[in-house]
Amino acid sequence: MTDSRSGTAGRSVYLDHAATTPMLPEAAQAMCARLEIVGNPSSLHGSGRAARRVVEEARESLAQSLNARPSEIVFTGGGTESDNLAVKGLYWARRTEDPRRRRILASAVEHHAVMDSALWLAEHEEAQVEWLPVDPAGRVLPETLEAALADDAGSVALVTVMWANNEVGTVQPITELVEIAHRHGVPFHSDAVQAFGQLPLDFARSGLDAMTVTGDKIGGPMGIGALVLSRTLTLTPVLHGGGQERDVRSGSLDAPAIVGFATAAELAVKRQPERAEELARLRDDLVARVRDVVPDVVLGGDSDLRGSHRLPGNAHFSFSGCEGDALLLLLDARGIECSTGSACSAGVPQPSHVLLAMGVPEDLARGSLRFSFGHTSTAADVDAVVEAIGPVVDRARRAGQNRVRGGPER
Amino acid sequence: MRVLAAMSGGVDSAVAAARAVDAGHDVTGVHLALSSNPQSFRSGARGCCTLEDARDARRAADVIGIPFYVWDMAERFRADVIDDFVAEYAAGRTPNPCLRCNEKIKFAAVLDKARALGFDAVCTGHYARIADGRLRRAADPDKDQSYVLGVLTVDQLAGAMFPLGPTHKAEVRVEADRRGLAVADKPDSHDICFIADGDTGGFLRDRIGVAPGPIVDTDGATIGEHDGAFAFTVGQRKGLRIGRPAADGKPRYVLDISPVSGTVTVGAAELLDVVGLTGEKARWCGPVPRGPVECAAQIRAHGDAVDCVASYDGQRLHVELRRPIRGVATGQAVVLYDGDTVLGSATITSTV
Repeated sequence: MTDSRSGTAGRSVYLDHAATTPMLPEAAQAMCARLEIVGNPSSLHGSGRAARRVVEEARESLAQSLNARPSEIVFTGGGTESDNLAVKGLYWARRTEDPRRRRILASAVEHHAVMDSALWLAEHEEAQVEWLPVDPAGRVLPETLEAALADDAGSVALVTVMWANNEVGTVQPITELVEIAHRHGVPFHSDAVQAFGQLPLDFARSGLDAMTVTGDKIGGPMGIGALVLSRTLTLTPVLHGGGQERDVRSGSLDAPAIVGFATAAELAVKRQPERAEELARLRDDLVARVRDVVPDVVLGGDSDLRGSHRLPGNAHFSFSGCEGDALLLLLDARGIECSTGSACSAGVPQPSHVLLAMGVPEDLARGSLRFSFGHTSTAADVDAVVEAIGPVVDRARRAGQNRVRGGPER
Repeated sequence: MRVLAAMSGGVDSAVAAARAVDAGHDVTGVHLALSSNPQSFRSGARGCCTLEDARDARRAADVIGIPFYVWDMAERFRADVIDDFVAEYAAGRTPNPCLRCNEKIKFAAVLDKARALGFDAVCTGHYARIADGRLRRAADPDKDQSYVLGVLTVDQLAGAMFPLGPTHKAEVRVEADRRGLAVADKPDSHDICFIADGDTGGFLRDRIGVAPGPIVDTDGATIGEHDGAFAFTVGQRKGLRIGRPAADGKPRYVLDISPVSGTVTVGAAELLDVVGLTGEKARWCGPVPRGPVECAAQIRAHGDAVDCVASYDGQRLHVELRRPIRGVATGQAVVLYDGDTVLGSATITSTV
């Protein structure tokens, strides 16, 4: 608690790259170069054509980064919008084709953008949402999906399983799951927001029908994302208007943001192998040294850190007897920025649905922290956390005792 | 000092936090989420803890330049304040939830957590003063909130900070405006914060249910019916819905509520006069008094303090009033003052 006000500015130790990561200078430059130039990509005159050209070149570049076709890139306002469009758009389109298709199969560890879209459809559009259970590492086992589809696949509108989890970093066996869904003739959407830039993503080879990516998690600007959408799939739009983006997503295209996004994507993909190695090294160091300092810490997610089932930049810890918000406050006061892994609009921390779905007891789930590494992370960041974590956990445990015994009588 | 500023989203707690910063303290702001299902917006002066209030508090913290967090106290608040409120009414008493919140939430659950996290004090926008470790009335008699803080113990007061004590409300608004705090003209909140629509009777009926009973006069004759004794409070005149006027033609007031039989007794105003009262669950803001003490008793937040002699036997507090007070309900708190200094408080259990 020594330096709480200056702590958040300037020399902060930023380990929340899964929330958002600093923009790459190249992306910022490309974006800034476009900001003052007039032109709506939908306009027919010279300025419009020039803007359109910038957007289409960026589209081609992004498609190449993801191994998709340019026509499969639908630009959106970010990950949340892409997820809404995929889940609602697919559900509506598939149900219109066949009214029996009312089931949505979604993993129990989805981001709220997917989860709450599905729940909204259940509440307002007669959808039946089935949450696919996960194993203790947070993974949907292929047999789980197989079993759900074996029971009347004809009534399933879509399957949606994220590529990699934002809280615990668990990577799903996407290719296997897609194969199963396709064998039953059901389209598959995946939220790949966290996977992009940390894992090699290949839309064509994955077999996915729809995939969500976003700019600000890979060093691009905020407020721009894409739904990569197979050409064979029709979607009912969520936003209606000028008919941009294959009539699937209306709205004037944000040429500067799109350029920044595509530039960041190109660099993220190019640098991915080395970056992944570098992030994993930092992450492994953090995990080993936090375990030394707090031996009873529980690592969330896949325990095989270097296996292919875990994001290289993710470290997730649970500290028994602590509250996540107390841990976060104490670290923040020391200039260390991380996340409890869950937040609602009021900022009130709830035990994460992801951890609960993985079978983590509620009390342990409340004492969770996510550290996520990115392109500006250094060994000094790890040193700072290791130095702080012991006293912080001690202090948070003392504060947590009030909760356990329900408050003292005075 | 390391200070945790409880920020409701209102003007008072925002200015209090800003003053704590000016005083050189290392201040962190927290907004207490007291409702597990908050409304999006507040309507007028009622209710609190909406998402809009949380956002106002966050913006005030930005302007002041302090870190800001939201602490979820909804479960504790429900158990210690709301459930207690309902149970007290169900038992025929008239509780004051603001006292309970200060006693159990702000200067207990929050202060304990703050201390455990390394803070020295909790700062709030209450209008009261602390001098030499003793709780004293605020400089602004209209805003004085020492009554609802009269439940704080010496230890709780040692961890409390009330920067607005010396100031009048009007000055606080001017100061908020000068500091660029957008909440400067936000309406004062009043009424019970967790009853957003202000309908206490409806709130209680939803939780206690309909429990009809008789309304009787002082001779025991039934003169009316009611849907639930919880809707009444001693001293109440309005809403009795008695068809027949009294024989003497004078207005009738609620004199007594018997929760078990559900009987509500009504009668003339002078029968409401109380010359003595007994309280339990005493809490002392300073030394525990020994022997009879000449002091003044206050039984509601903005009532007058009446001279009295108080004696405490270690269990019960007996208060002999120098002049009668009209309409004292059990469940209310009696707070004792020596001049401007709060001595302590107790929950009223009986009156004579």
